[in-house]
Amino acid sequence: MHEGGMFRETFTRGLWKNLPPFRLTLGLCPSLAVSTTAENALGMGLSTTFVLVFACLFISLLRRTIPGTVRLASFILIVATMGAIVEILLKAFFFPLSVALGIYIPLIVVNCIILGRAEAFASKNPPSLSLLDGLGVGLGFTTSLTLIGSIREILGAGQWFGVSVFPGWFEPLAFMAQAPGGFLALGLVLGLMNWISRKRGEVFVQG
Amino acid sequence: MDLVVLAVGAIFVNNLLLAQYLGQCLFCGVSNDLRNAVGMGVSVIFVIVLASLFTWLIDRNVLVPYELDYMRTMVFIVVIASLVQLVEIVLKKVMPALYKALGIFLPLITTNCAVLGVALLIVNQGHGFQQMLVFAAASAVGWALAIILFASIRERLAISHVPKMMQGTAIALVTAGLMSIAFLGFQGMTG
Repeated sequence: MHEGGMFRETFTRGLWKNLPPFRLTLGLCPSLAVSTTAENALGMGLSTTFVLVFACLFISLLRRTIPGTVRLASFILIVATMGAIVEILLKAFFFPLSVALGIYIPLIVVNCIILGRAEAFASKNPPSLSLLDGLGVGLGFTTSLTLIGSIREILGAGQWFGVSVFPGWFEPLAFMAQAPGGFLALGLVLGLMNWISRKRGEVFVQG
Repeated sequence: MDLVVLAVGAIFVNNLLLAQYLGQCLFCGVSNDLRNAVGMGVSVIFVIVLASLFTWLIDRNVLVPYELDYMRTMVFIVVIASLVQLVEIVLKKVMPALYKALGIFLPLITTNCAVLGVALLIVNQGHGFQQMLVFAAASAVGWALAIILFASIRERLAISHVPKMMQGTAIALVTAGLMSIAFLGFQGMTG
């Protein structure tokens, strides 16, 4: 494969074929916990993308320096450093968002997507490709989160990004904004994606 | 009495898995089989209680007095990772039978967000020593309860006719959603 094609393939893989959290069933906790509104979901997605991109970049730069035996511990430390930076930045510049996301911000560190990409891709590929891979997967994750957040906010509160979208007669389905709604929305969207893939004749292995 | 309310609240009302969504990845991964689910549940209870104890002590005696709380996430994750390693080594020597039973589950727990989540929740809610122990144990029992219940349902799901597009993770998530609705019924039981 020529150079340009490889870059494009690396970037777009995260947007459909490897789309988290549907195709890679990783990173489920934040997808469900903070997707009660579209705005929270978008904020969480972008924070995760930030951590993912920089963690992939630094891990890739250090991939020849880190000895194989303490690999995972070193990766976790790098990811935790990025996580701490995001936590502090959010507190300083987006305080209401950081309150809304609560303990799920420090929990970005244990989001399996990040460690998964670090181990599967960044530890074996040059920095430029790893950066793109992180960006692709991160943006895919942000899109999915915002989608789930939108579904839950529209059905659960009759609003989208805080603006009412239904006429007065609509009775919001309160449970969509509570815990069960997250599971149901994610499960149904996943079913829909499977259906589309089946129509297009794509073969994929889930897991 | 307060401790009882705290425990019931942590097990049922704020169930770690079904209300706070912590520990999802493992939940989908190992809940295919009831035996594995029980093994995982026991390991998680063990690790969560130990990890909460150590992170609480470190937070109280090191991080807070020296104003290092911005390092909390990093310190906690390192503590949890080394603790799991340590538990693995000690169990291997002292209780080989238990080690064999828990075996593959122990390393997986390091990246289980439930462990870090409970440690952070305890610090955020400012629990004292006794409350911390009760809260950690009850949250972990709640998680184990949910995963064992879920594994039993999934064993049934495996032999029932599920529409093609919903097979696998999709139907599992919808099932979890229905369980979560059932657990919503506990809300309001404790103050």
